[in-house]
Amino acid sequence: MRYRLKVDMIACDGRGVCAELLPERITLDDWGYPILDPEPIDRALLGHARRTVTACPKLALWLESVPR
Amino acid sequence: MTSLPRLLDDLASHGAGALGAHRRTYPVPPMPGRRPSEPIIAAIERSGLRGRGGAAFPTATKMRTVAAESRRPVVLVNASEGEPASAKDKLLLSQAPHLVLDGALMAAAAVGADEVVIGIETTSRTARSSVESAIAERSAEPHVPVRIVGVPPRYVAGEETALVHLVNGGPAKPTHTPPRPFEKGVNGRPTLVNNCETVAHIAQIARFGGDWFRELGLPDEPGTVLLTLGGGVGRPGVTEVAIGTRLTDVLAAAGGTPGGVGAVLIGGYYGSWISAHDAESVHLSNADLRPRGAALGCGAVVVLPTGACGVRETARVLAWMAGESAGQCGPCVYGLESLAAGTAELAAGRAPKDAIAWLEHWSGQIEGRGACRFPDGAVRLLRSAVRVFADDIERHLRGSDCRKAKVRQLLVTPDTSGAGWR
Repeated sequence: MRYRLKVDMIACDGRGVCAELLPERITLDDWGYPILDPEPIDRALLGHARRTVTACPKLALWLESVPR
Repeated sequence: MTSLPRLLDDLASHGAGALGAHRRTYPVPPMPGRRPSEPIIAAIERSGLRGRGGAAFPTATKMRTVAAESRRPVVLVNASEGEPASAKDKLLLSQAPHLVLDGALMAAAAVGADEVVIGIETTSRTARSSVESAIAERSAEPHVPVRIVGVPPRYVAGEETALVHLVNGGPAKPTHTPPRPFEKGVNGRPTLVNNCETVAHIAQIARFGGDWFRELGLPDEPGTVLLTLGGGVGRPGVTEVAIGTRLTDVLAAAGGTPGGVGAVLIGGYYGSWISAHDAESVHLSNADLRPRGAALGCGAVVVLPTGACGVRETARVLAWMAGESAGQCGPCVYGLESLAAGTAELAAGRAPKDAIAWLEHWSGQIEGRGACRFPDGAVRLLRSAVRVFADDIERHLRGSDCRKAKVRQLLVTPDTSGAGWR
């Protein structure tokens, strides 16, 4: 199973924790809100991605399975 | 009725108080069963009708998707029309409520819905009372419950998830998708959301057939469409044309363009500017508009006279749109503020030399990042202005006085500050 990052922009408050924890896949826009790399997460990064999802203080981030 | 107008034909016989006259042409819509009605959906499919609220999604496809859900669906008629440049839905509600109600009840029969909800702006009192009277007139006819929900006069309140949110008792603000209303809408049930004009077409297709509908319009975009003409046109207002009609023919029939044509806004504030050059030759169809960066959208057409400043008009609308954000998504709240501020500086001749690059940079960060598509609309409008008003923008960047700035405001920006979200 492959996964990609998704964000609920209504729930997101722009705290920026995600971009600090997973700079490989998440950058911030000019106003501090996350821009997610839409490509599936490499196996090597998956653990980091899971921890990032858990760390979001607004629970706005999740991993979505990518259909093959 | 192979000729025009169709929806606007003999309006007096579809108005409140005229049910008798209306029934001489239109039979009572059938009571919905628990199962979808294949003949009605097949007629809509045959007609090729696409949604007239802006997205132009095939109506039959939407019906089939809703009908395929396991639970009993609801029909939600979106007559909120928060688009300031559009007046066609209010006209239908006020002048032809029986056509709208027939279409809504026919849509309910098509998908097997047991309830119809109609969203009407709280400020459109004439429209609402006309529909209320028309419902009251049908007391002797069997029909599923029809109720009206008052929608706050805010631009995004008409976005379909916002409307569902409101009907379910929340603020009229968009919600995160999925789920989309077709799977989980009013009371958590599958919901067929159709624009007001779309259901009026449904009433006529159910009566006269899908092939009749195709006798006007284009093979790929059949039928007629209601346009709301505004700005520098001789006789502003709502008119009905076959899809594919030349824009210049439409404008000529509406009293011409006394102030000349500097540019034309197609599809309202959620639409795009096209140049005077394109306006000369373009036909009003998505096939012809899309290569020019525009789409029919809700059918609002505003003519910018040659004496008016498109940069200034765009700046005003963007400032208004920034104020219309539901305030939920960061890229929309802050992004639209940035676009509005940048465009206002440009209009005032105070913008830095790299202003366009900044506007494009912000646009790229806004596009596709809201929970709904509202911020994408602001980006689209701005990009079309940058394209169409390139020469004007050049002059504004040099800071030279805009000779056109004195012209009175063309695009209306209603004050919604006291409107709230319920």
